[in-house]
Amino acid sequence: MRALTRIVAVLAAEPEASRVVPPTGFTARLTIFSSAAMAFLAVFAMALSLASGRLADRWGDALARTATVRISAPEGQMEAQADAVLAVLRTTPGVATARLIPDDEQRALLEPWFGPGLPVETLPLPRLVELTETPDGMDAEALRLRLAGEAPGAVLDDHTRWRRPLVRAAGRLRMLGWLSIGLIGATMAAMITLSANAALAANARVIKVLRLVGARDVFIARAFVRRFTRRALEGAAIGTLAGMVAVALLPRADTAGGFLTGLGFQGADWLWPLVLPPLAAGVAFWATRWAALRVLRGIT
Amino acid sequence: MIELENVSHSYGGGELLSGISLRLAPGSFYFLTGPSGAGKTTFLKLCYAELLPSAGHVRLFNADLRGMDRDTVARTRRRIGVVHQDCQFLDHLPLRENLSLPLLAAGRDAQAEAANLQELLNWVGLRAQAEALPPQLSGGERQRAALARAVIMDPDVILADEPTGNVDWEMSLRILQLLVELNRMGKTILIATHDLNLIRAAKAQVAARVLRIKDRHLHLAGADL
Repeated sequence: MRALTRIVAVLAAEPEASRVVPPTGFTARLTIFSSAAMAFLAVFAMALSLASGRLADRWGDALARTATVRISAPEGQMEAQADAVLAVLRTTPGVATARLIPDDEQRALLEPWFGPGLPVETLPLPRLVELTETPDGMDAEALRLRLAGEAPGAVLDDHTRWRRPLVRAAGRLRMLGWLSIGLIGATMAAMITLSANAALAANARVIKVLRLVGARDVFIARAFVRRFTRRALEGAAIGTLAGMVAVALLPRADTAGGFLTGLGFQGADWLWPLVLPPLAAGVAFWATRWAALRVLRGIT
Repeated sequence: MIELENVSHSYGGGELLSGISLRLAPGSFYFLTGPSGAGKTTFLKLCYAELLPSAGHVRLFNADLRGMDRDTVARTRRRIGVVHQDCQFLDHLPLRENLSLPLLAAGRDAQAEAANLQELLNWVGLRAQAEALPPQLSGGERQRAALARAVIMDPDVILADEPTGNVDWEMSLRILQLLVELNRMGKTILIATHDLNLIRAAKAQVAARVLRIKDRHLHLAGADL
């Protein structure tokens, strides 16, 4: 909070104090551009991270308590096997619900791969039974043994085989997203430090005059800090806005076919990118202040 | 005020000033003379803490320069007005803002000091040039403006490095007159110059002491000046 107060105080400082440094078009444009570009990239990294987080949570929650029983049987025995499976499941401890997936739902599941209008009835497809577990869970091995005895064509798939790597991958993707934001922030700090150093070198005479008339280092540094902080704030605001528009214009999940499901922001997540401009201003504030005070220490 | 005790200064391996001792008496008027390259500017820089001595002690207002941190040096400089030969202005700011720089640096409200600034501009005869940029001013105007900036903080001491180096004789006398006026107000004045005519003109008005740097040492000049 104290740091934020300092940044606001510098931004609100007298404009005369920052006028002592002559306007420099090149470093100004460079800082605004780099801040805008970094903020734009940060918006995407944030969107990726939040989407990965949602995906990990969804996969984790959805798959943790569900399982599927696949029934493969010769024609004529399918219904009997299905009834047997349902009967077994109804009496299995830890199974909350069990239902036979109807044809239209099965068709919808296969539609992304085979396209619409698939004649499910004419294909030798296995029947699927979806079950949900109670919070205490079920004994998968015991259920497998019972199914083997009472419905030999039924195979239990409790999703653990592919659920864990997926959840782990989504979790890593989320971490990579946040790491990317951190790297973007560090790159931005480096760019602003370089720009500030260039501006300080270009204004060596100004600094000398200011020291001559009795200006303290913090006064001189503040003139540069204010300028770079404002530029970073402006650039990041532009970049964030552009990034948010670009994310909003991404194809929606239902029209894209589902693979990039939910990449973007949902609900209150849209507030997260608004953190980026003040964060960029903070990075610029400390990077410029550090660079300025370091350079000034070398000047009498 | 400003005191140098057995001060030496070396630059690039060679000793430029050696064993210099001097105590500027309050309200006095000094000239510092010597050939080009003798070390006049270096001497002045030691007096306003732009340089540290290689040996000896420089005391500014009773504080040893070596013990001062950067903020203290900055605050001390506000008590010393400096006029450079090349004036040292910020070319992108109009004259009025250049003169206000010391006020701004000291955290004082330049708006509240507007009347003083106006009076100062009148005193150096630059009221009409208040909004001009430094490159638009003549050499004499720049020197007078530099003098105005040097005194805006009401310093105890004014150090001037060849203040008449780039102006004609008439303007030199005008600048000298301003410095004499300041001395009569109680300011201590030290002018580095190689212009002996200026020194003679000053001695006709004030009791000026003349110091000479010769062979790295400081001497009190005799009656030849």
